[in-house]
Amino acid sequence: MRLALTFLRINVMNELQYRANFFLQILESLVALATGLIVLSLIFSQTSALDGWSRPQLLAVLGVFTMVGGVIKFAIEPNMGRIMADIREGTFDYVLTKPIDSQLFVSVREFRLWQLTDVFVGAAVVVWAAQSSDGSGGDNVTGSGAALGFLVSLVAGALMIYCVWLILTTGAFWFVRMEMLEELFTGLYRAGQYPVGIYPGWLRAGLTFLIPIGFAVTVPSEALTGRLTWSRLVLAVGFVVFLMALTRAIWTWGVRNYSGASA
Amino acid sequence: MTATQAGGTGTGTDTPTDLHESGMRAFFRLYSTLFRLAIIEQFQYRAANYFYMIGMVTEPIIYLVVWSTVAEARGGEVGGLTAGAFAAYYIVWTLVRNMNIVFTPFGWEQRIREGALSGQLVRPLHPIHYDLGFFAGWKVVVIVLWIPLAIVLSLIFRPELDPRVSQAVGFFVAIWGAYLIRSLLLWMLGMVTFWTTRVTAAFEVFFAAELLLSGRLVPMQLMPDWVQTIASFLPFESTFGFPITALVGPISDEELVRGLLTQAMWIALGAIGVSVMWRRALRNYTAVSG
Repeated sequence: MRLALTFLRINVMNELQYRANFFLQILESLVALATGLIVLSLIFSQTSALDGWSRPQLLAVLGVFTMVGGVIKFAIEPNMGRIMADIREGTFDYVLTKPIDSQLFVSVREFRLWQLTDVFVGAAVVVWAAQSSDGSGGDNVTGSGAALGFLVSLVAGALMIYCVWLILTTGAFWFVRMEMLEELFTGLYRAGQYPVGIYPGWLRAGLTFLIPIGFAVTVPSEALTGRLTWSRLVLAVGFVVFLMALTRAIWTWGVRNYSGASA
Repeated sequence: MTATQAGGTGTGTDTPTDLHESGMRAFFRLYSTLFRLAIIEQFQYRAANYFYMIGMVTEPIIYLVVWSTVAEARGGEVGGLTAGAFAAYYIVWTLVRNMNIVFTPFGWEQRIREGALSGQLVRPLHPIHYDLGFFAGWKVVVIVLWIPLAIVLSLIFRPELDPRVSQAVGFFVAIWGAYLIRSLLLWMLGMVTFWTTRVTAAFEVFFAAELLLSGRLVPMQLMPDWVQTIASFLPFESTFGFPITALVGPISDEELVRGLLTQAMWIALGAIGVSVMWRRALRNYTAVSG
């Protein structure tokens, strides 16, 4: 934890040198948001609900999507890219010589500070959406339970994406050329802009368990809009624990298989 | 540099064979060589090309699923389009999107900074020909790789597609027209880099406008009328929505011809724009390095 904070501080200081990038990033976030809002207004000029989701509810999904996307670009994507570069160029040897746990080390080395604008823009949209939506009662989680459910599922979702991405990155130990992974992930992540329920069955299953966008974006959105059931939340937490253990096992196995650049 | 040029024919080297060749033939040979080179080179990277395509394919699938859902909620159609029509639109979309990939304006900064441009300047032909020839060859590889993808998508989403012969011919011409227009447009956009290095913001806004006004996001008939009017004065629709509609319809032969003529007009305007900007940019460029 102290290590992560130290790396974060170094990265922050580094990026503060390039303040113009901040404004660029704000512009980028706003353009993306505006596009999302335009699409929503196009959809809702034709219909009043998309697969049972009303306009403010889809707005909440858009907000969560932007937030989680910001977290990915802030912390996950840069670290994974660095691992692949290290393996390709042979500098991964140095990682293994460090006296601390290698998985922890490679996961907290790189942060892109300005990408946090997406997190704030997304959070603002979430707040805006929460004000205009109404929670429904019954079996579902509402009130302070919903707020807790939102936070828990958001953290769980981000962790799941981290796990899956790291598992796939581990593939670089065997197949050195994996640059297109990032491309593939960013492409697939876009699917989270809408609740996974609208996708056909096989795609929905893939987007939930293989690439857990359903858990990362849809479930927190459900918490916000009063659709979350306790069982789904428990499933999310159980799944993240399973994925963390799996990731750990695969990482350890991959490192053991790594033959080094000099060998 | 002018002294070494062979009588203004456009062939710069003075090997015997080239001297006998007319400008037009040399030009053609350059294109066919670049074309073949790109095919050979890119075919080696078919795995990378494929992964790229799969990542890209999620975008139209999302649009397709969303609009099919809307169409179903409204009892089968929205704006005259059924789920099957959306499927046809967004599957053809994937090919048109591939035809739309050209030399990126972000690449200009690198070209200028690393001096690659200086090397191109001493060549006898306008550097845009090298880009056009190379990317055109790449497109052939892309089209071949696209076919299986289109078959899989068609089996999943069941498009309604029944083009007339004139539509198929028009489509084939239109995708290459789209390729030329977008190449010229992005060349102009990229050349802004000669004047200022803070171009990224301008690019972002350009691409957002293009996304909304080209038919990439939704078929243009779903846009409000005033948006369609704005789009009709801009080149974006010629690069995206028109080629798709040419194949998918509904489109009359007259509209098809009018669309192709509009493309021709944008190509002409683009060519003029590129050559004017290029000449001015070069003056600037020499000033920087001198």
